[in-house]
Amino acid sequence: MNKLLNVSSSPHARSSVLTQNLMFDVAIAMIPASVYGVYQFGLKALCILLVTIAGAVLSEYVYESLMGKPVTVMDGSALVTGLILGLNMPPEIPLWIPFLGSVFAVIVVKQIYGGLGQNFMNPALAARCFLLISFANQMSAFKLDGVSGATPLSALKNGGTVDVAAMFVGKIPGTIGEVSVVALLIGAAYLLVKKVISIRIPAAYLLSFAVFVFIFGQHTPAFVLAHLCGGGLIFGAFFMATDYVTSPITPNGQIVFGILLGVLTGLFRLFGGSAEGVSYAIIISNLMVPLIEKVTLPVAFGKEGKKA
Amino acid sequence: MNKCMERLYNGIIKENPTFVLMLGMCPTLATTTTAVNGLGMGLTTTAVLIFSNLIISALRKIIPDRVRIPAYIVIVASLVTIVQLLLQAFIPSLNESLGIFIPLIVVNCIILGRAEAYAAKNGPAESAFDGIGMGLGFTLGLTCIAVFRELLGSGSVFGIGIIPETYNIRIFGLAPGAFFVLAGLTALQNKFKMPSATNGSAAESVLACGGNCMSCTGSACMANHATLETRRLQAEEDALAAKKAALAEKQAQLSAKLDKKEN
Repeated sequence: MNKLLNVSSSPHARSSVLTQNLMFDVAIAMIPASVYGVYQFGLKALCILLVTIAGAVLSEYVYESLMGKPVTVMDGSALVTGLILGLNMPPEIPLWIPFLGSVFAVIVVKQIYGGLGQNFMNPALAARCFLLISFANQMSAFKLDGVSGATPLSALKNGGTVDVAAMFVGKIPGTIGEVSVVALLIGAAYLLVKKVISIRIPAAYLLSFAVFVFIFGQHTPAFVLAHLCGGGLIFGAFFMATDYVTSPITPNGQIVFGILLGVLTGLFRLFGGSAEGVSYAIIISNLMVPLIEKVTLPVAFGKEGKKA
Repeated sequence: MNKCMERLYNGIIKENPTFVLMLGMCPTLATTTTAVNGLGMGLTTTAVLIFSNLIISALRKIIPDRVRIPAYIVIVASLVTIVQLLLQAFIPSLNESLGIFIPLIVVNCIILGRAEAYAAKNGPAESAFDGIGMGLGFTLGLTCIAVFRELLGSGSVFGIGIIPETYNIRIFGLAPGAFFVLAGLTALQNKFKMPSATNGSAAESVLACGGNCMSCTGSACMANHATLETRRLQAEEDALAAKKAALAEKQAQLSAKLDKKEN
């Protein structure tokens, strides 16, 4: 038939960007951090990453096949979930725990709510919190070069001093993906250049967190810097808080979301019981997203001058 | 007797308070950390439920309608006090571990719900069996949840160790685990279409919507659909009877007039 006379319902123009491209961009952006993690923690770290990815992809495939849904393994979202979860694991953990985490992330947090785009909480982070509560000892046993040691954040919490330069490069104990700030920033720059994420959430997050820590913690730049480089803050701000499904889509909402994240993380780190608070801050803020979107709804075109 | 067996079946399977009616969620989530606690809570509630149903049903014609809720509460509270004193005397360990949830049975919605929905309208024998059925249904639900939570969370069932401590998923012993297990078991119950008030197959259901809650949007759902239907039928029948009576009266008048004319 003549193409001019072809009648169809909207949308008529589609972007060439697919879920697949976005997901593989995110995966590519995490390569520097993964490579650094494997370099620092050895083959064990590689095994953990492979187990979480395989676990996530496999459980997505099995669940969707069993439920008679179209199998969406090829869109790469399960791969990204698995990779993020793997990077959130301490390097010495027994392999069955990350596998259990992957299954929980994909089946309970993502698929039961309706699959990609329907989950109200970041699956990888929900799984990390699930594991943190369930296996508190194994999840917080950090080792570096065979010696177990406190993470810089717990050292800070207990009144110790830390080497900010080492934290920036990544020569510190921690989870596989969060240790090297440099590697994470390279990945984040790639995402920003490719316009996969916007700077709004990470910038609002990091700024509000820095201000909060400066006001309520020690009033020194070194302390603030150590908190910025420590723990999962950079990883969380660029890779997990910016998850499309669980962050606001309105520009103002993204800034509100970032500030909420910063304040919550600061609260948890300075006044909470444990040294780290990024995961809990992100999943709690995920729950606020529908409310944030509701109050920051942009005015429709043509209604600017009128009062509601 | 048949009616009594029907009450038992209704309480345990068809209108199971935990998985179908979703009543009494607070003790369900809070006391199911171990199988013994779940079973103990269920049986304690059952005991209170049987006697409260029995007493309320026996007094249903004496209790004035306007003050029935306070009257029910007084009856239930007395029973709960008795049960708690008995527990303190004979099973202090269970009393210790259930703690505040024993006194809270007074405001358990299953007990008030059954008093209001069944005992206040039916005879003592049926009401007592309704209490037994609902109580056993509640016990069954609580024990099922508790067995899963104890097995996954602390690796044992009724205190008998099965899974070594390294492999325990501790979150199942905490509040989130209660929600996971409750949701999972309710989903299974729906999936396998166990015959219940909310998911009978369309042909057998007395509900106008077909009773399949899986495809329900919620806006069209009315809990008392069946009663509404019978009320509507009753009203139609009444109207019909009234019309018939009016017709008969007219006919009688006409025939009387005809009689007069002929005379």
